[in-house]
Amino acid sequence: MADGTVTAYRRMLTAQVRSMTQYRASFAIDLTTQTVFTVLDIVAVLVIFRVTPSLGGFTLKQVLLVSSLAAIGFALADLLVGNVERLRHYVRTGLLDAVLIRPLSALGQLLVLDFAPRRLGRVLFSATLLTVVVSTSDIDWTPSRVLLLAITPLSAALFFSAVFVLTACVAFWWIDSGEFANSLTYGGRDFTSYPVTVFDGLFRRVFGFLLGFGFVGYYPALGILGIPDPLGMPSFFVWGGPFVAGIAALLATVAWRTGLRHYKGAGS
Amino acid sequence: MSESNTVVAVSGLRKEFVVYKKTGRLKREKTVVAAVDGVDLRIERGEMLGYIGPNGAGKSTTLKMLTGILTPSAGEVRVCGLEPVPRRIALTRRIGVVFGQRSVLWWDLPLRESFDLLRHVFRVPADEHAARLRRCREMLDLDEFADTPVRQLSLGQRMRGELTAALLHGPEILFLDEPTIGLDVVSKQAVRSFLAETARRGDTTIVLTTHDLADIERLCKRLVVIDHGHVVHDGTLDALHHRYGSRRQVVVDLEDPWSGDLDLGGAVGEIDGEDPRRVTFSLTNGASTAGELVARLATTVGLRDVSIVEPDIEDVIARLYATAR
Amino acid sequence: MGAALARAGFRRYSTYRQATLAGLSTNIVFGMLRMYVLVAAGAAAGGVMAGYTVPQLGTYIWVGQGLLATILMWGWTELSDRVRSGDVVADLLRPVNPVWTYLATDLGRAGHAALIRLLVPVLFGALFFPFYWPREPLSYPLFGVSLVLAVLLCFACRYLVNLTAFWLLDIRGVVSLWMAAAGVLSGLYFPLAFLPGWLAAILQYGTPFPSLMQFPTDVAVERGGLAGQLERIGVQVAWTAVMYAVVFYVQRRAMRKLVIQGG
Repeated sequence: MADGTVTAYRRMLTAQVRSMTQYRASFAIDLTTQTVFTVLDIVAVLVIFRVTPSLGGFTLKQVLLVSSLAAIGFALADLLVGNVERLRHYVRTGLLDAVLIRPLSALGQLLVLDFAPRRLGRVLFSATLLTVVVSTSDIDWTPSRVLLLAITPLSAALFFSAVFVLTACVAFWWIDSGEFANSLTYGGRDFTSYPVTVFDGLFRRVFGFLLGFGFVGYYPALGILGIPDPLGMPSFFVWGGPFVAGIAALLATVAWRTGLRHYKGAGS
Repeated sequence: MSESNTVVAVSGLRKEFVVYKKTGRLKREKTVVAAVDGVDLRIERGEMLGYIGPNGAGKSTTLKMLTGILTPSAGEVRVCGLEPVPRRIALTRRIGVVFGQRSVLWWDLPLRESFDLLRHVFRVPADEHAARLRRCREMLDLDEFADTPVRQLSLGQRMRGELTAALLHGPEILFLDEPTIGLDVVSKQAVRSFLAETARRGDTTIVLTTHDLADIERLCKRLVVIDHGHVVHDGTLDALHHRYGSRRQVVVDLEDPWSGDLDLGGAVGEIDGEDPRRVTFSLTNGASTAGELVARLATTVGLRDVSIVEPDIEDVIARLYATAR
Repeated sequence: MGAALARAGFRRYSTYRQATLAGLSTNIVFGMLRMYVLVAAGAAAGGVMAGYTVPQLGTYIWVGQGLLATILMWGWTELSDRVRSGDVVADLLRPVNPVWTYLATDLGRAGHAALIRLLVPVLFGALFFPFYWPREPLSYPLFGVSLVLAVLLCFACRYLVNLTAFWLLDIRGVVSLWMAAAGVLSGLYFPLAFLPGWLAAILQYGTPFPSLMQFPTDVAVERGGLAGQLERIGVQVAWTAVMYAVVFYVQRRAMRKLVIQGG
């Protein structure tokens, strides 16, 4: 049974990739600009370090480790789940109806139906970046730090995937939510590109701890670098990523199920 | 009928939507509107049922609750013995759905590849799939555009593709939401003949919503009329016409002016307009059929032209709503 | 007629209250993100970076967030949608050049955006973060001029991007190219003065992008005094003239193509 489902998804995925690459020129430009966008996030960090020696008490190399851990998590989530933001379009136009009459999970279909291979460029770039940053940084490797480096991209990807689904679900209740979701998805990515110490006050507490973005790149990076947290949080925070990601994924599942029940259809 | 022959069982079905009405510059008033308000319905296996009503009456909303797309606010629904929303995936294998205004096909792919994908999505054995596809190809003339990407198909071609897509997994019930909307005459005919033939085979129950009376006349023995979320009529089309006194009319052009003294089995002719050779007969229930009337006229007076004017569904429905309130 | 279209554009956008609210909150979140980063960088750099004080960077960020929606840098595909559906023929048949009718509507939209989408983030930033109010009274009308030029120029750029739909089946690639270029090269991510001097100069004079965002914000923070403000406005005028010339030329080519191919 599961075998047939995998075949069905694989077939749909192949079809989608084929139809995306049909418009060859457009696809090439798209792939390039998507990669450029990721490069620019890093360029922004480099440019700021042109005019300042440190940021939130961290050096360029240290900040880049935070950024690249977050970047690879975001890129993976964006590739696999990012197109769930199209849910708004499916709800508004009622295209979701067509998805719901097929014997597959609605979320699974959405991800496959709008799979955007152009986002592969982001994954490749951020993987390269992480490799370069890690291999040129002065890190005192221990087994637990290797483990932390291995699981952080995955938990970051799970976390961002959950954020994508959660924010997309807003469309079930609020169709005109417009770019609102962006402030948590792309805004979250921007937040995770920098050490949490850069931010301040309520903003830091909400984004960094309440919403959990601090556990995506910052705390794992502290653990890998072996630096104590300037904010004085307990040392087990460096392992917080998978737990926060798990909670977010659970919330996303509940939100999706509730949202689907709340779907109103379009037109009469 | 035995329980197992009931494929759709609905009681007290209700769907509410929250609507915000602007009452001032910034104020909004929240009201709850029932799009479907206590619908009871039983459909037996092999039936062909027309579900009609004006825009916003709750037709599509009902259909979407039967197909597991929308969650009912209240009431009981069983389709093929399943509760649609919780058992959505199991149900999708046993029903077929066609939306007149929405495609379930892959926009950028040739029709043929959409069908092939659907075989995998619904996990249909290859031989069954091939047999059903062969039948649809023959009846709907799919071959001439099977290699064209769906986005380039005409509406009529696309609809023939949608019908095929909905039937490839051999559904027990076929739900069609305005399958003839916007189609040209030829395509409408093709769709109707295909549905009539599918119904004749007897193993597929068909439920369709439509605005087109000809769809109902050609296809549906049973008619359910819904207005403001309530069922206001459930019976045959004839019963509906009978109940609200609408008649089909036969308009004939005669060789000579009409004298009006022929016995035509209850049909009464009237001259309307200037020309005394143009006569309109209204056919009431129990009176002669159009065929008998024309046959009699042909033998008694010279007949130059005949046309049959169907009673306007909007007219019937309008009268229906007037009495329903 | 232009005024009527502008009024219609203004009214149309004033009905999208929820979208406006969603957009505003997004602008404010992104403004805060950028603000904290630049404040932290400024603190480490000793208060001044590339000639910008921290309050000036505050003004730069919040005016920038407001400009994003006012000039509508991203997300206008009305024209290309009409090209694809063929409705554009109706636009071209009217006695008025469609550039003017679309522009009039866009000016109305921009007027509404300036009142809400520009003013609210600026007030928010001024209230909660270091903020530089222009010292010279003349800077306020100069900013107004620079803002109008940015709106006019941005419309021309978007219109040009949309016109490519006459030649390309799918313009998503062109749109995302425009989004990337406009986002970075206009100075949205960081002030262009943070870049090496030669690169900043090439961008500022050689491309229209800084005229969209960097220059209006520079005029607001009185960079380079009156001379600096006037120079920036001058460059904006030049680029606006160039871009409209290009738009009219490309549109003529598009119409010729339409006539030859019969739509």
